[in-house]
Amino acid sequence: MEELLKISQLKVHFPVKGGIWMRPVATCKAVDGVSLKVAKGETLGLVGESGCGKSTLARTVVGLNVPTAGEIFLDGQKLGDFGGKLGKENRKRVQMVFQDPAESLNARHNVGQILEEPLVIHQIGDSCQRTARVKELLNLVGLPENAGSRYPFEFSGGQRQRIGIARALALSPEILVLDEPVSALDLSIRSQVLNLLLELKNRLGLTCLFIAHDLSVVRHLSDRIAVMYLGKVIEIASAEELINNPLHAYTRSLIDAIPQPNPQVRGKFSALSGEVPSPINPPPGCAFGYRVGSPSYAKSIGQILALKEYSPGHFVQECPCCMI
Amino acid sequence: MSLLEVRGLEVAFENEEGEDLVVVDGVDLSLKPGQTLGLVGESGCGKSVSALSLLRLLPQPTGKILNGSILWKGNDLLNMSTDEIRSIRGKEIGMIFQEPMNALNPAHTIGRQVDEVYITHQGLDRGQARVHTLKMLQKVGIPEPSIRANEYPHQLSGGMRQRIVIAIALACEPDLIIADEPTTALDVTIQAQVLQLMSELQEQSGASLLLITHDLGVVAQTCDEVAVMYAGRIVERAPMHRLFEFPQHAYTKGLLASIPSLTGPVQTKLPVIQGMIPALADLNSGCRFASRSPHFHEQEWLEVRAPLVEVEENHWVEDCPACGRLNNQSSI
Repeated sequence: MEELLKISQLKVHFPVKGGIWMRPVATCKAVDGVSLKVAKGETLGLVGESGCGKSTLARTVVGLNVPTAGEIFLDGQKLGDFGGKLGKENRKRVQMVFQDPAESLNARHNVGQILEEPLVIHQIGDSCQRTARVKELLNLVGLPENAGSRYPFEFSGGQRQRIGIARALALSPEILVLDEPVSALDLSIRSQVLNLLLELKNRLGLTCLFIAHDLSVVRHLSDRIAVMYLGKVIEIASAEELINNPLHAYTRSLIDAIPQPNPQVRGKFSALSGEVPSPINPPPGCAFGYRVGSPSYAKSIGQILALKEYSPGHFVQECPCCMI
Repeated sequence: MSLLEVRGLEVAFENEEGEDLVVVDGVDLSLKPGQTLGLVGESGCGKSVSALSLLRLLPQPTGKILNGSILWKGNDLLNMSTDEIRSIRGKEIGMIFQEPMNALNPAHTIGRQVDEVYITHQGLDRGQARVHTLKMLQKVGIPEPSIRANEYPHQLSGGMRQRIVIAIALACEPDLIIADEPTTALDVTIQAQVLQLMSELQEQSGASLLLITHDLGVVAQTCDEVAVMYAGRIVERAPMHRLFEFPQHAYTKGLLASIPSLTGPVQTKLPVIQGMIPALADLNSGCRFASRSPHFHEQEWLEVRAPLVEVEENHWVEDCPACGRLNNQSSI
């Protein structure tokens, strides 16, 4: 398969400032050595608990965070630099949909202006063509054409998310990064937006990076799923394989923690003890073994925990304490 | 006998023009001792407002209870004086809120906030209260309670904060716990921890639980009985198993069909409920699900409210001829 997006050994570290001079006193390793490949037309799901670095990774891919180390390639071409003329071209190819549609739309612009802005910035078409494109976009996401003259507050949550999706599609990107696009939506609206995303993906042949904490939603939309824990990817496999045959103990517990909407499996869901360790001061060995107090945790200290391919396409972090 | 019996509860908020917008329209609920009742619905359907009215905690002066009765152990909470109701809040009925950061006072240590419950309701002095507090913190799984008690809410993680809120709610061993979306703000793994803790503590104390949530997964895992709310009304009420196996109302059916599961087909279109929740100002008096329902409604059904009927033991559904029990054969 032709790979479109390649992330190689990406690290994003943030300085933690403290003391009266607000000098950097520590580093928060939000993303710590992530390598991923996404094929053309594929949807890669990214799951993990809050604070595991999945949003930071997404923001880095679209150029909102600067990588500390590592590289991002798009079609074999380095994407690291988002400044200058070339950077502008790159940004056109990767677009993002944000979690909270109420906060990511400019309240003082009407929907027409919001959708037109990317086209204006990239100097695409004249005003007539842009107006036509705005109508086309509204159609595409299932909003009425007169929505263009209305303001974000006049829309419901689900409709606002449709506007957010339309804006991301304005420049016909090759890659769409979706950061928790349905988490803020109501139950009956969520399935409407998921259906829209599925339809757009198939119709426009989009390559997606789909981030969510809800494993059942991710499974529904993704071809492959990567599980992140404390800044690292610990397991990648095809969606079905990952759910049915998880190899890492953390993936297993993520699946078990989901309360199933099915009374038949009642009592089977189980809680994982402890909390995610801080990325500012991560434990020396395997971060998950440390959390659950695994008896063989000590063996993982000092080892390099690398991803290993166990079966074709199923990668898991090889670690003495967390393998199932 | 039921512990709590709500009949015909009607709650309204006054808008800027002085008109009353009815948010909760004739809700009946009843809870037996030890039972867990799930109240399910989407945002704006009135589930939180119903819960707040039970403790008379509606925002003032705009929120008001127009009608109905709330019988707590046989006494109507709506006729009680402020002093009487204050002695029930926190003592006989405990409440757990959605966002623990907003429910805790950021300027007081968590120990002091738990102490307060014992001081107010049991008349203990600070020293005695602290002894109970430490025991309680231990019970909700806070490591090193004597150190943690002197910390402030911002020093704790979300899951720990929710444990503190639970400790406060359960401090006086209430007979009823009202939990309003207690795990919505938490991660799925932490959610599992908190749900487990709540059911353990509930089992120990034999308290009843009114669990408000929008997550049908949480309902399936924790509740004995479920009430489904839509646009201010309860459209269906049933024992949990029956609701999942044999949903009657078109809305319940639609909701159950629209959630992606870990076992269903992937990358296919999910069944959806078309349209969106009607605005408060344009609610009709008949079937409120009509605008989104796949079934045809006669004009009359939109104007006259259908009563709840019992279709099988303890299974009640709003008897709209289109959305209610008559559409069993057809699917959405």
